[in-house]
Amino acid sequence: MSTTGQLEHSHLAPGTPLCAGCGGLQALQQLYRIVGERTVVVNAAGCMTLLAVYPFTPFAGCWLYTAMACAPAGAQGVRDALDIQLAKGRISEEENLATMVLTGDGSAYGMGLSATSAAIDRGLDFFYLCYDNEGYGNTGHQYSPATPRGAKTATSRVSGYAGFKKDLFAIWAAHRPSYVATAIAAEPQDLARKVKRAAALHGPRLLLVLAPCPTGWGFEPALTVKVGRLAVETGIWPLKEYVDGHIVHNKISRERKPLVDYLRLQGRFAHLFEPQCDERQLAELQQAVDDYWQEVVDNTGPSP
Amino acid sequence: MKRTLLTGNAAAAWGARLAAIDYVPAFPITPQTEIIETLAEWIDGGVLNARLVTLESEHSMLAAAGAAAVTGVRVFTATSSQGLLYGMEMLYNLAGWRAPLVLVNVSRGLSAPITLEPDHNDVLAARDSGFVQIHCATCQEVLDNVLLAYRLAEDGRVRLPVIVNLDGFYLSFTREPVEVPDPAVAKTFLPAFADLGQRFRGGQASSQAVAVLGGGPYSYFRYQVHLASEQAAAVYTELGEEFGRCFGRHYKTVETYCCDDAELVLVMIGSFATKAMPAIDRLRQAGHKVGLLRPRLVRPFPAAELRRLLQGRRGVAVVDQNLSPGQGGILHAELAATLYGLAERGPLLASFVGGLGGRDISEEEFLQIVEVLQQAVDSGEAPPPRLLFTAEELKQVRRLQDIAHGGQVGKGEDAS
Repeated sequence: MSTTGQLEHSHLAPGTPLCAGCGGLQALQQLYRIVGERTVVVNAAGCMTLLAVYPFTPFAGCWLYTAMACAPAGAQGVRDALDIQLAKGRISEEENLATMVLTGDGSAYGMGLSATSAAIDRGLDFFYLCYDNEGYGNTGHQYSPATPRGAKTATSRVSGYAGFKKDLFAIWAAHRPSYVATAIAAEPQDLARKVKRAAALHGPRLLLVLAPCPTGWGFEPALTVKVGRLAVETGIWPLKEYVDGHIVHNKISRERKPLVDYLRLQGRFAHLFEPQCDERQLAELQQAVDDYWQEVVDNTGPSP
Repeated sequence: MKRTLLTGNAAAAWGARLAAIDYVPAFPITPQTEIIETLAEWIDGGVLNARLVTLESEHSMLAAAGAAAVTGVRVFTATSSQGLLYGMEMLYNLAGWRAPLVLVNVSRGLSAPITLEPDHNDVLAARDSGFVQIHCATCQEVLDNVLLAYRLAEDGRVRLPVIVNLDGFYLSFTREPVEVPDPAVAKTFLPAFADLGQRFRGGQASSQAVAVLGGGPYSYFRYQVHLASEQAAAVYTELGEEFGRCFGRHYKTVETYCCDDAELVLVMIGSFATKAMPAIDRLRQAGHKVGLLRPRLVRPFPAAELRRLLQGRRGVAVVDQNLSPGQGGILHAELAATLYGLAERGPLLASFVGGLGGRDISEEEFLQIVEVLQQAVDSGEAPPPRLLFTAEELKQVRRLQDIAHGGQVGKGEDAS
């Protein structure tokens, strides 16, 4: 089980300047309760950078903001400095801290990918939480390498994003770290199980959390959980884990909900439905999800 | 005391070893690499109890360096040129974090065109970051100033990261006799890492480098860096004297050579300043009152000391081994700002740019610089800024251009 403590008060204080209904903050709340305050959160530029604004912080533990490209390297410095002091007897085990990187998709999928790759190469003992809101959220939601095909963003306003969402889970897993998982706050039990599992391991442990974003995706804050559940139920956000060299899907449903149920709730996809339905693109998007799951079933067999 | 032949790079590594560093985030780049290779060998061989980690870039290297320093260990790192610029964002960050660490920069001209040889545009690009800058002219100075830099960085009145600069090739790969201080004495001069209360510990909530809202807090914290840097000049003077008492070598913020009665003064930084000395010796023998002044600190800029030393001189020639396109020599502009508005009329100021990309400066050229300066002083008119570049060099470049363009350059010139 977790060695980093499960203290009663290890939750984030309320009153942060983040948007109402932030799916990333929900995930962080759930995670922080488990990893606890004996943690240094090392942050890269993004929405969450505004959690700690002088002189306030919602964290009961420690926080270090670095820059957009190098949060994993900052975590390396903190981890090494703590290990050096432990080895030289300058601090006790009680003064030790866990190291956790917190970034959005803009950093994780792009500018910070090199630093993440290298941290995994070095076997850095750290936890990485990426809240993936599928765009450069903090600057007004321009498209990022995590943006799904067809989504309107501030830099794809006319006909939606022409690219495809990058498979960061596969890129991370290809490095063969200790642990990689996808999760979402709308599935809290799954998320908690994964965080606890990761907390019990050593080495690089990475969690990629889809973060429904009312502001950037165009839906009412009250719908965050619903949108999140539909992301899983339609199969567009597969819940899975990489551990011991294997990828395991946590939910393989034979009866996935149609993708339009998920898309229709979000303003960023409204152009696919109005003024007239873009049947061709909707079919393509559905086909991509179906193809993904067909491959999963072909490789693993249907779930019991 | 025993002296050994050491390269500038080895001297820097010895400085780090005697400083009993804990941590070396590293990334190789010419001409700095020998420093981290030397440290890696000592660490692997068990003579230095530290940890070396190779990051994937200088940006990450500096992030790790700063993070470790604010977590409470003594950090040493080194880079050059492109590496320093690649990490530029983190230089500003580390100064803002008030991370007390030492970075050795081995100067090398910046791309493009790419080159390996030295000038100071790399380190001067970091001029406004908040790092203190110490510029060295000898291998001995490199070693000694790494020790001094830690005292400066960890002094409560300063608490800023410090760059110790040496010139690529001319110092980095050149062996000079260096006196390696006795480790016990070094330890007396530089005790264990000073706990400035800035650290991450279990059981103590601590936030670093958080955002601020509005220009008020930003102005406050940024100006604190400025004030701390300004303090560093007096603290360096104090530490330089203490260093002299410990090791017999005294260090000042500004070094002088034949300056006492000098009417004309050359101002230069780094190892190329030593090239001016034989020329000054020759001029002195011929009865000219010429001296050399070498700021060792570039940040903070030792303005008060420079004013004191230059007051009453007739002419000053700044030889900048850097170029700010559209402006000229950087130190010339800084010195002009320093000397402007003196109570009595300041010396006539002349600007020369030389030594770009490691281009040598000959003794003959130093003599010419002094001649131009003398004429300017006599006529009372400052000469236009001048690049040290000979007709023969231009001919050589034309030859290269001719080859590059398949013989077209020469033809074009003939036609015009």
